[in-house]
Amino acid sequence: MSPLRQSTGSPYTRILGLGAARGDTAVSNDEVAGPIDSSDEWIRQRTGVIERKRSSAHEGVIDLAERAAKEAQEKSGISPSDIGAVIVATISNPVQTPSLASLLAHRIGVAPAAAYDISAACAGYTYGIAQADALIRSGAASHVLVVGAEKLSELVEPTDRSISFLLGDGAGAAVVGPSDTIGIGPTIWGSDGSKWDAVGMNKPLKAAFEDREGGYPTLRQDGQAVFRWAVWEMAKVAKEALEVSGVSVEELTAFVPHQANMRIIDEFAKQLGLPESVLIARDIETTGNTSAASIPLAMHRLLEEHPGASGGLALQIGFGAGLVFGAQVVTLP
Amino acid sequence: MAHTTEEVLAGLTELVTDETGIAADQVSLEKSFTDDLDIDSISMMTIVVNAEEKFDVKIPDDEVKNLTTVGEAVEFITKAQA
Repeated sequence: MSPLRQSTGSPYTRILGLGAARGDTAVSNDEVAGPIDSSDEWIRQRTGVIERKRSSAHEGVIDLAERAAKEAQEKSGISPSDIGAVIVATISNPVQTPSLASLLAHRIGVAPAAAYDISAACAGYTYGIAQADALIRSGAASHVLVVGAEKLSELVEPTDRSISFLLGDGAGAAVVGPSDTIGIGPTIWGSDGSKWDAVGMNKPLKAAFEDREGGYPTLRQDGQAVFRWAVWEMAKVAKEALEVSGVSVEELTAFVPHQANMRIIDEFAKQLGLPESVLIARDIETTGNTSAASIPLAMHRLLEEHPGASGGLALQIGFGAGLVFGAQVVTLP
Repeated sequence: MAHTTEEVLAGLTELVTDETGIAADQVSLEKSFTDDLDIDSISMMTIVVNAEEKFDVKIPDDEVKNLTTVGEAVEFITKAQA
């Protein structure tokens, strides 16, 4: 009997190209303020959001994912056949199975690439990058497409004051591939299920089905508890990600946190002691909170506004329902 | 060493002033954080975390909801130090 073989891949990886797609409709604060008895000023002051992008009825989450993925593939300079795996991080796949990823792989012409979804909410993209890095270094795939895609407007309750008014629709994509130098630092990731109910759906699907008048499940959060965790606990995670990467805050070009709330981003930057030279992604202002899509969308915009940042180091951190978190330092494509 | 009620009030007032810019003489025991001082939930949480550090106490999320007035917060922190 011949001995079993194991695969090995490229020792280093990096993000080769990014793609972005936002919902086709800008929704102003005035449009969401009425049902929550609020105002444009209240929303701006508490969240930093001026408008959120949402998709019209004909634009599904798969359409957003497809647009972002195609751009990422084109910008990466590789051919579709090089993509060996497609990972979609999402909480808004309209069906529990099959995955969004397998349909996406078909639509963008990369089948028979391996394709699967991951459920890690707002940390999903950073989980996807961690997996892509591991898959390439182990030789399981030569290139991996990671997409965060959400149509959260289908999960909102207009009268909910806790989170709904923040949410937007969009997809961000990254092609990860082999590299001559280290382009993805070690991931610090984890979970805290003791706070399982701090943010998430307000009821299970079956309960919603049995109570027809109660409507479809929608997102809710305990904002105060999440805020505390997101800033002070996540600041520790972010510092750890810097430490294991051997990178100081002074060496960072950009900080790209999950776009949950501008106040979280501001307090986060303060806790990390970021120097003024570090670019801070603030895409939430006009995109809203797009869960798994928010980090790649924010990074894509940051690079459009600051093309010179390409090649620099960015600290990215995702955190959300689970609770789950993931952080890593990456080289900006 | 545990802080006295007066010291906790003075320290908490400083934290409120730093976070919100509210004048120190506006902060007194009977004032409600939300109704009188107009402090939103996010600023409240920032003050809570800073108070935990300053007074070396734990203020659980569930407890924050019960701390409606400055006096209630001062009382909780003073007792929690013991």
